[in-house]
Amino acid sequence: MTAPLIEGRGLTLSFGSERVLDQVSISIHAGEIITLIGPNGAGKSTLVKTLLGLQKPDAGDVVRKAGLRVGYVPQRLAIDQVLPMTVKRFLTLTRTASRTDCEKVLSQVGAAHVIDAQMSSLSGGETQRVMLARTLLLRPELLVLDEPTQGVDVSGQAGLYRLIDEIRHEHDCAVLMISHDLHLVMAKTDQVVCFNRHICCSGIPETVRQHPEYRSLFGAQEADAIGIYTHEHDHEHDLSGHVVGACGHDHSHDHDHGHAHHKHDHDQPPHTQSDAANQQEAVPQK
Amino acid sequence: MMDDFLFRAVVGGVLLACVCGPFGAFIVWRRMAFFGDMLAHSALLGVALGLLIGVDVRLGMIATCLASALILAIGQRQARFGSDTVLGMLAHSTLALGMVALAFVQGVAVDIMAYLFGDILAITMGDIWLLAGGGIFAIGVLIWMWRPLLALTVSPEIAAAESIPVERLRLIFMLLMALVIGMAIKIVGVLLITALLIVPAASARFFARTPEQMAIGAGLFGAASVLAGISLSWHVDSPAGPSIVISAAGLFLACIVIAPVWKRFAA
Repeated sequence: MTAPLIEGRGLTLSFGSERVLDQVSISIHAGEIITLIGPNGAGKSTLVKTLLGLQKPDAGDVVRKAGLRVGYVPQRLAIDQVLPMTVKRFLTLTRTASRTDCEKVLSQVGAAHVIDAQMSSLSGGETQRVMLARTLLLRPELLVLDEPTQGVDVSGQAGLYRLIDEIRHEHDCAVLMISHDLHLVMAKTDQVVCFNRHICCSGIPETVRQHPEYRSLFGAQEADAIGIYTHEHDHEHDLSGHVVGACGHDHSHDHDHGHAHHKHDHDQPPHTQSDAANQQEAVPQK
Repeated sequence: MMDDFLFRAVVGGVLLACVCGPFGAFIVWRRMAFFGDMLAHSALLGVALGLLIGVDVRLGMIATCLASALILAIGQRQARFGSDTVLGMLAHSTLALGMVALAFVQGVAVDIMAYLFGDILAITMGDIWLLAGGGIFAIGVLIWMWRPLLALTVSPEIAAAESIPVERLRLIFMLLMALVIGMAIKIVGVLLITALLIVPAASARFFARTPEQMAIGAGLFGAASVLAGISLSWHVDSPAGPSIVISAAGLFLACIVIAPVWKRFAA
């Protein structure tokens, strides 16, 4: 296998007397999609921040591929009302980009209509999509998402996960994601890392689900809920098709194209659909 | 023909307002108004030190502002006391220390009022050159670090993840602020400088859609406040520094009224 994009070796970190990371070793390779799951306070965000270099470990090393381009979507973004910021300007926060490029990435995430809106006026789901679009402008090799569905309503969550999956295929980047939406995440993930201060278990979703440590961490009920989801896998298209529509701005329009979208689901590549959907969406806005 | 002193006041005041605009915008965004206040309070100590050791008081003010900024940058790393407590302690103890030190300066009658409220009409050509040099330097550095500084203002995490040197930029910004405030005290005084920084920026917020528009707008509103303040002072013989701040506040109130109407036309 080729060298990993990022590798953490024996990462150990304590806050005061509390040990948050205990001898954690993890590596992310090109094109992989890894999901970190674990209970609240398990240190998932801390692990990600340590890998990104935002947090220094007490012991252990982080090795990054030289010149690695990382796109980071933080758990939440609260842009103060007092700071005027259009979506277009936010997209160029750390590097310049033309308006055409901004429009392109926004339509990829299904948010082309908000380009001139103020960031503070966006809903939770729109903010997440815009943050994703911003990272696409960086042409990332690794996309790091901390709880990407925070503040997104239940129906929008599946749509967001599908979008992340599309992006990963189209941009051919690795994804490291923190999530507690166990049922939604499992379907799209190559590797699940079950984490509680140390790595409890990891592997493909099926393996992790069988693992006793995983079952004890989340309780039999939660673990079974995922089992049920797997059985309903056939219905995923119905669910997502509906959900992507519900995420947009105008609910009446979105419902319509949500259905249209659904029909094409089986014979068109996913990104073409969302482009088409956005062109439709943008028109009634003006 | 304008009187010489009036001409100098206008040039110096407008120059300062243009420098204060973008800095004021950042102070408003980063919620550092109290930090600015603290730096200004410490400047009085600089006046006393300058007189005691025989250095130009303007340099004394700038030096103490820079020193206070450094002390604060270190002080903020501790977690025991909230930063407002640290700021409050430093602001008022340095002010008190400055007043006491001034009492020991012998043989010089120090016009404390001129330092508390500014004396723009007494501005000299030397002041203007200092302001121009320091101002161009401060604005130049600010423009140079504009994009990363703004990124870290929006989200320190995103900035750090993209390898922006967050701590270093924070420190540089604090030092630049100290420089600007140190230069500004001669004009609007210890107690009013924060107003000249934040009020025009707040006015500009009503009309701005991007950070850059707000920063430039703050400079324009500041310049307008200076012109209005000086002419108010000229016509009714009011103290110039407070007149400038009153004008800035008046403009802000006018903006509250105008903004909804303007928004309707813009949309």
